[in-house]
Amino acid sequence: MIHFEKHTLTNGLKVIVHEDNTTPMAVVNVMYDVGSKDENPQQTGFAHLFEHLMFGGSVNIPDYDEPLQVAGGENNAYTTSDITNYYCSLPAKNLETAFWLESDRMLSLAFGEKSLEVQRKVVCEEFKEHYINKPYGDVWHKLKEMAYKVHPYQWMTIGKELSHVENARLEDVKNFFFKHYRPLNAVLVVAGNVKTAEVFQLAQKWFGDIEPGEKYNRNLPQEPVQQEERRQIIHADVPANAFYKCWHMSNRLNKRYYADDLITEILNGGQSSRLHQALIKEKKLFSRIECHHSGTTDPGLLTIEGKLAKGVSPETAEQAIEEELDKVKQQAVPEKELQKVKNKTESLIAFEDISITNRAGSLAFYEVLGDASLMNTEPEKYEQVTAEELMEECRNVFRPENSSTLYYLSAQNGNGQ
Amino acid sequence: MKNRMNRNTAPEITNTSELPLELKTCRTFRLNNGAEVYLFEGGSQEVLSLDWVFDAGNCFEQKNLVSAATNFLLKCGTKDMNAFEINETFENYGAFLKRDNRSEKATITLHTLNRHLDHLLPTMQKIIYESVFPEQELDLYRQNSLQQLRINLKKGDFVANRLIDVCIFGEQHPYGRYSTEEAYNAITREDCLAHYDKYYKQGSFKIFGAGLLPANIEELLNRYFGQQPFTSNKPDTSIYTLKPSAERVHRITNDDTSVQGAIRLARPFTNRHDPDFPGVMVLNNIFGGYFGSRLMSNIREDKGYTYGIYSYLQNQVHQSAWMVSTEAGRDVCEATIAEVYKEMELLQNDLVDDEELLLVRNYMAGQLLSDLDGPFQLIGRWKTYIINGLGLDYFNNYVNILKTITPGEIRELARKYLNKDEFYEMVVV
Repeated sequence: MIHFEKHTLTNGLKVIVHEDNTTPMAVVNVMYDVGSKDENPQQTGFAHLFEHLMFGGSVNIPDYDEPLQVAGGENNAYTTSDITNYYCSLPAKNLETAFWLESDRMLSLAFGEKSLEVQRKVVCEEFKEHYINKPYGDVWHKLKEMAYKVHPYQWMTIGKELSHVENARLEDVKNFFFKHYRPLNAVLVVAGNVKTAEVFQLAQKWFGDIEPGEKYNRNLPQEPVQQEERRQIIHADVPANAFYKCWHMSNRLNKRYYADDLITEILNGGQSSRLHQALIKEKKLFSRIECHHSGTTDPGLLTIEGKLAKGVSPETAEQAIEEELDKVKQQAVPEKELQKVKNKTESLIAFEDISITNRAGSLAFYEVLGDASLMNTEPEKYEQVTAEELMEECRNVFRPENSSTLYYLSAQNGNGQ
Repeated sequence: MKNRMNRNTAPEITNTSELPLELKTCRTFRLNNGAEVYLFEGGSQEVLSLDWVFDAGNCFEQKNLVSAATNFLLKCGTKDMNAFEINETFENYGAFLKRDNRSEKATITLHTLNRHLDHLLPTMQKIIYESVFPEQELDLYRQNSLQQLRINLKKGDFVANRLIDVCIFGEQHPYGRYSTEEAYNAITREDCLAHYDKYYKQGSFKIFGAGLLPANIEELLNRYFGQQPFTSNKPDTSIYTLKPSAERVHRITNDDTSVQGAIRLARPFTNRHDPDFPGVMVLNNIFGGYFGSRLMSNIREDKGYTYGIYSYLQNQVHQSAWMVSTEAGRDVCEATIAEVYKEMELLQNDLVDDEELLLVRNYMAGQLLSDLDGPFQLIGRWKTYIINGLGLDYFNNYVNILKTITPGEIRELARKYLNKDEFYEMVVV
């Protein structure tokens, strides 16, 4: 159970405090309700580029990092398709420094031409490092484009193509900021060795007079129900054949989400899981296999991917996966196996919550989803999933017309040597 | 917009480097067979972790990759359990069993909800004393590792990491040795069994634990791991002879279509017992050890040549290396290297100013404060110290140097160590 208190400032900024007096540290986490899904299709990669620009100085403070480091703190940030999150951790005695820094950049950025110019280059190098200069690096670009024809989840957070980042103009940066980076679209979480009343006072002092901004009304095109099986084959200079298949799954707030999450664990949550045991250990068709889901706010993707063992054809590999999927569609998972994946989920949550940074991030995430207290009801939602619901969800998800399949084959050698 | 407070001025701070920084000592005892146990109790979650650290790393192996294979295959079969049954035992309770193989130490780590510990220790005992290394598991490990190696060899960063270590230490050195197809093909079940018998079953180990531990933890550990006698294993020091590369500068083309180069610049450096080590930690931080470092400010934040550039001291027991590591645009690799050398020269020529030094002191003290927060962090630090033969005096000396080192001393260290001619250069595109 994570205790917290919540208060909304008159400008709409939601403030959440989680006290933990066993640590000498404090965490200040600001989450903005904006992700790559909110981008213009002609200007993808913007939410993430913007995350970089948030460190290029704000209206009254030329450099964000330096004063934080002087105060003994450290920070980082990340962007997903749904949200953008900024967090810093510093000795609790210096808490106010974080308020000063975070509130100033919510007030307004400096919008320097130099910062934009440099960060465009930095993000292009990030793009190259992670998505171009790696074997199989472009696979998610392809898969998302196959699975999403309408919804903005069709592009990666880093951007659809390098040129979108390269062409970003200062004017676009300003518009994006004043549209999304306003108190009305943000959640502030403060956790650690702090006093709730003091935090609310500091929040009022530093954030209270920032203009609320206009509420951003998200109106994203929803992905129509997929009606036909999608398939693609890519030949590339990679050393081994790889197989990818994804299916549309539930949105994050639906009850079905918990079944989807547990399905990925049943299939490949560990070395005693079904795909690992059947396809790597027994049939020796794959050298690696993974099953995961995107867990996005709008309906996400559940994916099975793997590297094929030498000499195995992708058709054989796919057939073997389908056989395992037929089993979960036709027979309810035994109670013991269901309990196994529930135990793992309980354990994962407990280990994750050791860190106050994680606790603060989770509170912010659930508040953006609708209510921070959802964090405390997650365990019972997993506990309630039955074997029958799991089977029903498998039947619902693992349908050919709900799937996109990608064979990523070695151009060097048809057998994937 | 009108603001009531002055947003141009930073709020008052406490200098973190002026706070007392204390390393709490852990509970320690020996099992009946003499194995040392180190424990930190506490935490807000109902979880615990236990590490079994064996003197079984690759400095002990007779044949390349045998220690890594042995460590990996520990989860793959005991006298009366197959791999599936072992994995299921842990996973049924939501527990995680990891293993890790390094140059000196090989580790098995258990993370679990504390209420399940009793159910898991008997299987841990079997893994440590009754593993059988089934032939078919070794074959599968070999096949899958070979494929992973072929994939990794397509990555410039992977290739560069291997080759720079060879430059510094030589191919036969435990820190320079790397995986090859031939070496994977040459591992036999007998090699693994022999390594296992000597370095796990009858080998020396230490246990490190943290979290909400049961009251009878001492009795539990003694029952399962305190009965079997063992012999202490120490590596033969002759294997640590350096055979560095004759050439200082290396440019390698691994993939002609690559859009980036993996850059590694490195020099050999002693180890944590060297009196210069704590001061060099401070100098390294200024140079390339954090986001505000000289390298990052210049090469990422000013020039945009890379997504990130860092320098660090390798974490080995016997001998370290001082490394600069980055992936930079292919056309700016040489410019990046020139800037790294410029930053070295600046540190050798000019004194670090008081403002930057205060920042670095506070930043590092803040990191330390955060690193000393909670039982899992504390046991991690103590584990490093015990493995390296260090104690509380090392910590106190480090804190003292962090608080008092002068700009002159930092420049002296830069002059002693940051010499261009002593750094090997590796660029892999």
